[in-house]
Amino acid sequence: MDFTDEQLERYARHIILKEVGGAGQMALSQAKVLVVGAGGLGAPMLMYLAAAGVGTIGIVDNDHVELSNLQRQIIHHTPDVGALKAESAKAKLEALNPEVTINIIPKRLVSENAESIIGGYDIVADGTDNFKTRHLISDTCVKLEKVLVSAALGPYEGQIATFKPHAGEGLPCYRCFLPIEPDPSQERTCSDFGILGAVAGVVGSLQALEILKEITGVGDGLAGKMLMVDTFSMNVRKIGLPKDPGCPSCGEGN
Amino acid sequence: MKITVNGDLKTVEDGVSVWDFLSGLGLDPKKVAVERNLEIVPKSTFADVSLEEDDQLEIVHFIGGG
Repeated sequence: MDFTDEQLERYARHIILKEVGGAGQMALSQAKVLVVGAGGLGAPMLMYLAAAGVGTIGIVDNDHVELSNLQRQIIHHTPDVGALKAESAKAKLEALNPEVTINIIPKRLVSENAESIIGGYDIVADGTDNFKTRHLISDTCVKLEKVLVSAALGPYEGQIATFKPHAGEGLPCYRCFLPIEPDPSQERTCSDFGILGAVAGVVGSLQALEILKEITGVGDGLAGKMLMVDTFSMNVRKIGLPKDPGCPSCGEGN
Repeated sequence: MKITVNGDLKTVEDGVSVWDFLSGLGLDPKKVAVERNLEIVPKSTFADVSLEEDDQLEIVHFIGGG
């Protein structure tokens, strides 16, 4: 498959990068990425994935846009209040890049539908706001051997990691980091605790970047690592995240 | 022996396990992640891993917002 003149121009700044090149751009166009959650993380992530020419993007979200989302969920605009987030996001992405196929799944991800939804994609991005769904996504990705690029937000902080225990000895899954769900009292959602809007932009953009790197093979990924971003103090640290041999999902505890 | 916990110097019993150290702080070891010398300590090994002099610990709270 060759690029059209329009594609060569649209993706010129990717193709000129020696690490990406035509092969990397082709890999992006053939990639299928599922984004679970079109909120704070999903908003910038979806925009960068579509802009980059990721060929097929799935969006799972059954929420509707609320006015209080708009200080950070920049894919949704004021006239979208009340609309399904998945529909709102799809419209923006198609305007941004009509070449990408956007599949919307306006449902909650639950154990009954997780395998059939996730099974159709190569890479899954977790942008959800609760630990129960985070565990469901991780367990399904472990079972189906899908790459999971995960991020989480606090009021001024983010954590980003890539999980692919199937890809190498010693690589962890999300449950190696968080084996059991914390108490609901620890569930520090943005609606409960607030978040400075641009924090979601920074962390969601880093998540998009790691997905683009996974697809193209560019640079060092975050498998077996976790990036801890503290925007309050502006400390960014990359720490090791080894597999837990007793992990209930990908280890002997299974 | 002396270790550093979230940037603060602390004196702890020689060879204390991660589990006992966290419990001694009044934390439920099941509910936090511990980073020791820039690496997360696997939770299933908390009772077996002994802290050493000059260890740098960070107690990492889970965040889950999206």
